[in-house]
Amino acid sequence: MSDTTLTQNTITLFQRKKLVSFAIPVLILAYFTYIFFAFDIGGLADRINVNNARTLISDTYSYKTHVTRDNRSGDLEIAIEGERKGRYAEGTAPDWVSLGDETVVDLGNGHVVTLGETVRYDVPGYGTITADPGSSGANATLPDGDVPDFISASKNRLMVTTDAGRLTITRNRTEIFNYSVGWELFFFTLNSPYYGMGVGEVISRASSGEAGAIWQDFWSNNMWRHGDVAWAIGETILMAFLGTFGAAIIALPLGFLAAKNFTPLGSLRFAARRVFDFLRGVDGLIWTIVLSRALGPGPLTGSLAILLTDTGSFGKMFSEALENVDGKQIEGITSTGANPMQRYRFGVIPQITPVLLSQVLYYLESNTRSATIIGAITGGGIGLLLTQAIITQKDWEEVTYYIVLIVIMVMMMDTLSGWLRRKLIKGDAQ
Amino acid sequence: MVDVTGAAPQSRDIKQVYLEQTRAKRVMNSILLIIFAALMIAGFRTADARNAGGFWDGLPKLLDFPADVVGEAIERAHLLPGYFVEYFPSLIETVNIAAASTLLGAILGLFISLLVTRGLTPVPWLVGPLRRVLDILRAIPEIVVALVLIFLLGGGPVPAMIAIALHTVGALGKLFSEVNENASLKPVEGLQSVGASWGQQMWLGVIPQVAPNYLSYALLRFEINIRASAILGFVGAGGIGYDLRNTMSWGQGKFDEAAAIFLLLFLTIVVVDQLSSSLRNRLTHGASTAEGVV
Repeated sequence: MSDTTLTQNTITLFQRKKLVSFAIPVLILAYFTYIFFAFDIGGLADRINVNNARTLISDTYSYKTHVTRDNRSGDLEIAIEGERKGRYAEGTAPDWVSLGDETVVDLGNGHVVTLGETVRYDVPGYGTITADPGSSGANATLPDGDVPDFISASKNRLMVTTDAGRLTITRNRTEIFNYSVGWELFFFTLNSPYYGMGVGEVISRASSGEAGAIWQDFWSNNMWRHGDVAWAIGETILMAFLGTFGAAIIALPLGFLAAKNFTPLGSLRFAARRVFDFLRGVDGLIWTIVLSRALGPGPLTGSLAILLTDTGSFGKMFSEALENVDGKQIEGITSTGANPMQRYRFGVIPQITPVLLSQVLYYLESNTRSATIIGAITGGGIGLLLTQAIITQKDWEEVTYYIVLIVIMVMMMDTLSGWLRRKLIKGDAQ
Repeated sequence: MVDVTGAAPQSRDIKQVYLEQTRAKRVMNSILLIIFAALMIAGFRTADARNAGGFWDGLPKLLDFPADVVGEAIERAHLLPGYFVEYFPSLIETVNIAAASTLLGAILGLFISLLVTRGLTPVPWLVGPLRRVLDILRAIPEIVVALVLIFLLGGGPVPAMIAIALHTVGALGKLFSEVNENASLKPVEGLQSVGASWGQQMWLGVIPQVAPNYLSYALLRFEINIRASAILGFVGAGGIGYDLRNTMSWGQGKFDEAAAIFLLLFLTIVVVDQLSSSLRNRLTHGASTAEGVV
């Protein structure tokens, strides 16, 4: 090649490079512009639900306690998140509520509400709001002047929303929300004797023989359902475990069928490969739907869906690994007079074990994630709990808790699979 | 001769030790195998017990649903082409979700991967924290992010796109950084010596070396993301998965439409798999022949 042609070649090459390095960003930009309009991203600002976002964020780190007075009977009820299972027993109250003929609720920062026949709310810097709720309406009296933004008042309803909490008065009931930081009742519910006890005291009681009862109260906490959550995580891991290893067991013999050097019969090989393609192509989603129709929701359905999809993936990978087996080792074994079974056992298996095992263990980790997703669709494991908590649209602290648990679970499976990979594969090599 | 007689007892020892070792290994292996089998059986029984329907009861019914679907599809086979046309836009949406999220994830992953590769990063103290971020992004299943975003943004393709893109950043960021670690630093040093900025060093010194591998990983991710996008549609994020759920929950009478959607989805997955695997083959094996030509 002469110098001039070389220069010429270089120049054309550079020009093509320039064009490519210009064209690719332009293409990407064009595609994103198309997506912008196709997905209506411009209209996203209108669709975003700011209220939902606010509840979601505040609910993840705080909770509210409802103090409700029935204005006809005069009964008072205090319940965390307004739920039955978080209700204070009659005659008991958190320390910011003083019970009496007139119940005084101290919302902090000088905000004090007095609940009785007449409701009084002292708002610092504004004045005292009074109301006599009855059959004629809320009957609220506000201090003189314009009604500020944080109060919405009508004949039948008064709502005061301040930083300290919220007061709602209607004809039938008066309700106060008090917001507190933290995850309420995470360890013990109100009906447990260990509620509100310090860590030190719980430990000392545990050492004096109450460990079983303490564990029982924690485990059967009906607000956070630790026992059920643990089961759900177990189910999810079980789905991943059964699915992955079940698939590996089934795919190994099928892998031999699909490998060129072990199955000389072309039609058999072709059939095995099409089976793999079919299993993979149908995909976990459709397998899940089909299986859950026959078997109902639960971990078994999830396991089998993972098993079917991964039999396809493993079959393909195993057969590729088998085709790359070194023939010399098998020859060596054959030369010692080994029968076919022994040839496989000592010539092939030791060669492919590390490859297969590392692939299978890698899938174990990724299937833990799939099992969560499949659980959300078919109804099993932690995926089910998560979707249930999201559907209620108010248990965001539980959603956060489950997300944290899922992340920890997947990371632990990742670590475990990495550790096993190193351990088993290095062990084989030694 | 002296040597041989002297070595004989020794070699018997070696044989003895070897046999003992083999035996110990075999015992160990069979114990592991038994534990594994026991775990599998116990696991299967637990899963079976906690499932709504039992395995052995459900097994005969396994083909009922596919038979219903296929039956209805054959009965109204003349309608299928119409359904293909009807659901094609949803299919495009599903593919678009996958493509846009793969592209977004790959671009972000590329930047982050350069930041978490020791030797290439301009901010070494960020390597550790950023890697943890990638780990977390990888560990969160797409469905979690998608469901929360659906609550905030309403249904549609955007929550799915964001959810899949986040996961893709985590996955590709890690894979890309592994590729970067194997890149030669010589071009980077050369560019550094002529005063190139960090961006120029990366763009001209690193990217050309790693681009084929990047592309190959991104294509693999695209295959995975198509499946994920269909699944997220099923929980309300638009695309063909959403249509599938609607026709399915309708029950009998719309199974022919479900069959059409099944077919569309199946064909898309197979076609994308085939295309991407042949492209990837060209990228990894073609690189060497291309070098030969140039």
